[in-house]
Amino acid sequence: MAAVPAGLFAVYKPPGVAWNRVRDAVEGRLLRELNAAPARPPRSRIRFLPAASAGPPELVAVRVPVLAEHRLVRGPRFTQLKIGAGHRLDVKASGVFVLGVGHGNKLLTHLYNCHLTKVYTVSGEFGKATEDFSDTGKLIEKTTFDHISREKLERILAVIQGTNHKALLMHSNIDMKTQEAYELAVKGLIRPMGKSPPIITAIRCLQFALPQFQLGNLSDLLEIHCLHETQQYLRKVVHEIGLELKSSAVCTQVRRTRDGVFTLEDALLRTQWNLQSIQNAISDCQLKVKNELEKTLGHWDGGVLQEMDADTDHTANS
Amino acid sequence: MAAWARQAARCSWLTAAGLLGLRSRGAAPLPALLSAHRLPLWRPRLGGCAEPSRGKGEVCAPRNSLSVVLKEEQAVPETVSDLSAAELCEDWDDVSPSSALEEISEEEAVKIVADPLLPLQSSTLRDYVDHSETLTKLVHLGVDLSQVEKRQKAGQLLLTLDFEKDITKILLFLKDVGIEDNQLGPFLTKNPYILGEDLEALETRVAYLKSKKFGNAEIAQMVSRAPYLLLFSVERLDNRLGFFKNELGLSVKKTKDLVIRFPRLLTGKLEPVKENLQVCQIEFGFQRNEIQQIAFKTPKILTASKKRLRQTFDYLHNIMGIPHNMLTRFPQVFNSKLLRIKERHMFLIFLGRAQYDPTQPSYISLDQLVSLPDEVFCTEIAKTSMKDFEKFLKTI
Repeated sequence: MAAVPAGLFAVYKPPGVAWNRVRDAVEGRLLRELNAAPARPPRSRIRFLPAASAGPPELVAVRVPVLAEHRLVRGPRFTQLKIGAGHRLDVKASGVFVLGVGHGNKLLTHLYNCHLTKVYTVSGEFGKATEDFSDTGKLIEKTTFDHISREKLERILAVIQGTNHKALLMHSNIDMKTQEAYELAVKGLIRPMGKSPPIITAIRCLQFALPQFQLGNLSDLLEIHCLHETQQYLRKVVHEIGLELKSSAVCTQVRRTRDGVFTLEDALLRTQWNLQSIQNAISDCQLKVKNELEKTLGHWDGGVLQEMDADTDHTANS
Repeated sequence: MAAWARQAARCSWLTAAGLLGLRSRGAAPLPALLSAHRLPLWRPRLGGCAEPSRGKGEVCAPRNSLSVVLKEEQAVPETVSDLSAAELCEDWDDVSPSSALEEISEEEAVKIVADPLLPLQSSTLRDYVDHSETLTKLVHLGVDLSQVEKRQKAGQLLLTLDFEKDITKILLFLKDVGIEDNQLGPFLTKNPYILGEDLEALETRVAYLKSKKFGNAEIAQMVSRAPYLLLFSVERLDNRLGFFKNELGLSVKKTKDLVIRFPRLLTGKLEPVKENLQVCQIEFGFQRNEIQQIAFKTPKILTASKKRLRQTFDYLHNIMGIPHNMLTRFPQVFNSKLLRIKERHMFLIFLGRAQYDPTQPSYISLDQLVSLPDEVFCTEIAKTSMKDFEKFLKTI
């Protein structure tokens, strides 16, 4: 009998598909494989039936399989799995999307409490502005963009990074003039551990070509490291960069290349959403997740760590 | 042990009778026994249990008073010669002496079945499958009862049928029609209602199909692919055949060919078919003869969802720039997933190989684009490795 997987893994969400459809598709494929595995034979029970012989009436003990346990009567063994989603991606965005199965759902909560940064690559196009900042929205203005140069763009990016850095320090709720702040900074753990507005921790330009940020070969304009963001916020950032450059810009693609510890290499493509690959992916990522959780939560909250240890052990055993 | 079993069986049987409100075989339920004209006779026997003046109270007489009655009745079984009393005793005594201490013969003991009671109503057939011969045989036949019980009234229907009397003849009929033995289970899973259908009506429908010059093998194929086909009356079938002939403007032979290949057209709703035809004509701008060709080649389009068709057409025509005549030549692209078309098209664009015009060199047909499996597509069409394709997929 196939064991139900438990743990965390990442899938690659294609653009144009809602995240819950991705989750449902993964669940459906897992269910199909789990239910196709041979089931144990139905229980049998002992019944006393009258003997067929003509002799004196007596009862004969007969073993009869309990039909109520038969697969055709009871239905498939698994009808749903507990699959939870990590940080969401909206319909137009694509990229690494973390899912948790079984006990992995608890780990998802811990991972959320770590407030790890995510990395996006964003492509855009100068010279247009739309209502929803994406290239498919309703066009509201067209502008010229010949005056834009890479230097000007980088200057804007530096300003964005600077203001966000200030916001980061402010929302991390730590007095900068303390030993504690120094120790955290050494470990690279200064980040808001509660709710905060979206914060960009790093932003850089990968490639620059007019009018598109990107050339034909699908490399992207901006790489953004951020936390507490939404994909729409990133589109808005692109729009604002356009305005700052005295032009306008729309965002053509938002792609998440890293979500916490899960990178693009860990993400499973649509064709790989089967039991075996998911189990492999879970076991591959297990250690990484555990280390990261220990590193972050160990500093902030020891109690959670012990609880989490139990969870990871449980996941490892199952 | 036997006496105990008997007692238990009797008790449970009595309660069941009471619940059901059955009055057959003299097993009158408790309230009936205590009804007006019998009360004078019974009241003294009940002793101090019941007050004479109590009216409605007797209807819900307590359990222990019942046992008192039973014991007393047993103590004087033969002495009551009164006519009404005899009738009365018959009510109780048809399963006669009921003391736990009473000894009964071996023959009787063997006959007693002390199964727990079946639930009177249930949401699942699981409760009945071990006790119903019909259900047991259906399971052995391969019918998925867990699917059937979700259908409206299907579970009820199966429980009321008798395997030998009702089901065997339908099964033999289906075998005559040409359904394979191992297909009977899945067939009945999809359409359990055929078991409640009149055999003669089914035979007329098959005769109708034969009169329309469908061969035996073709009828078998149609029935097994569209299990509900035989539930449609002759008039309805005739109507529907006529509908497809007129709506698509096909010849008789072509219409027959169409429904043989895709018999679900006949059993499905006609409204979506009409709508899809309108969508093709008005929104997509296909000519009438083009629609005819498309529908004949891939009848599945007629039942596909409008939204999906629209999205696929929009991508193929407006983004990939494929003209109508190419779409008419390869209508199977409408059946494939939009995401698959998108991924492959973008990969070909990335490689600079997206060339769908047959007059130009290195032409890629739409059929090859969608129907080949990933590995073959990568090596034959895109001339790259699977790894590159996967890497590419992670950049969109």
